[in-house]
Amino acid sequence: MTTARERVLVNADWVQAHLADPKVVLVEVDEDVSAYDKGHIAGAVKLDWREDLQDPVRRDFVDKAGFEALLSARGINRDDTVVLYGGNNNWFAAYAYWYFKVYGHEDVRLLDGGRKKWELDSRDMVADVPTRPASSYVASGPDTSIRAFRDEVVASIGTKNIVDVRSPDEYTGRLLAPAHLPQEQPNRPGHVPTALNVPWSKAAADDGTFKSDEALSALYGGLDRSKSTIAYCRIGERSAHTWFVLHELLGLADVRNYDGSWTEYGSLVGVPVALGDEPGAA
Amino acid sequence: MSAISTASPAAAVVNGGCGAPAGAALDGVDLSRAAVVTGVVRRDGAPLAGAYVRLLDSSGEFTAEVITGDEGAFRFFAAPGSWTLRTLAPRAATVDRDVRSALGTVAEVTIDL
Repeated sequence: MTTARERVLVNADWVQAHLADPKVVLVEVDEDVSAYDKGHIAGAVKLDWREDLQDPVRRDFVDKAGFEALLSARGINRDDTVVLYGGNNNWFAAYAYWYFKVYGHEDVRLLDGGRKKWELDSRDMVADVPTRPASSYVASGPDTSIRAFRDEVVASIGTKNIVDVRSPDEYTGRLLAPAHLPQEQPNRPGHVPTALNVPWSKAAADDGTFKSDEALSALYGGLDRSKSTIAYCRIGERSAHTWFVLHELLGLADVRNYDGSWTEYGSLVGVPVALGDEPGAA
Repeated sequence: MSAISTASPAAAVVNGGCGAPAGAALDGVDLSRAAVVTGVVRRDGAPLAGAYVRLLDSSGEFTAEVITGDEGAFRFFAAPGSWTLRTLAPRAATVDRDVRSALGTVAEVTIDL
């Protein structure tokens, strides 16, 4: 029997064995969009999370037609196995995974450990950019059952599980952004009242690979399994990593990624905000 | 638990030199409001690019991670306090180094693998 993990996660040896498989497309997605240009796994195409995956004007996804045009240009077909990987412990690869699911791509997987594990293992990387013939990609959706919006988050305080996956210093309000970024941000510090702080990093080992299903189940033991769950971070990429764990690896039923996340919530007028180590009251 | 201060002390913007390594330059950063942790990773005395440096808080929890640039350099904007720098690199054992950061200062650390 194929486990959920085997359907959605592949290791480096699997990728190495499928480098010449025409139905497997490797896609690199990074926060540092220059990383791909310095070297990548042979045959991998690049998606720029900012240029390719965001609407150029509004703060939102590209629409369905835009997603179809993007994947067609990259030569990806709807029945291809898409294997995503990237830096930052697969944050943006997980974001792209969730995004591909919003638009209905059936067979998407993550390379466990992403670019870091591949590099730490000293596996080969190349500078050659592959040429793939353009395809005619047809998307479905968008599937908003896996995406949360701000009003839903406010209404979920005290009724659903809310998971803040940022670092403890961001949750309490001591930092406004991950510590590799400057801290001058326009939004208020803090967290959504009642949100549990389960940093995304607790789900991964130092080399970026996901922990075992048993360890992950224990990690999220504080969630009420009878309730729906919303995960958020600062801009929705780390929470996509947690969404992947909860929805794809552990199989929780109703899990949504709030990609507006703290940069949106912390800028809203009139909503409750909690400071400090405690989740806070509804 | 206090929030990040919104007071605005006199700006003390530091300009990195033209040769500042990518990923570690402090151009345009208001250091009076930042607690910067920066440094270099070396192997056999030479700067090592492509090492992974993670910033762990006083409870050991991950806060951030960066990859060293061509000059082996890394940089974090931390909150004031005690931190551990954990460095991973190909063909090297993991190295942990403790560091203290304070507002308005740049803590510099050299990590030898």
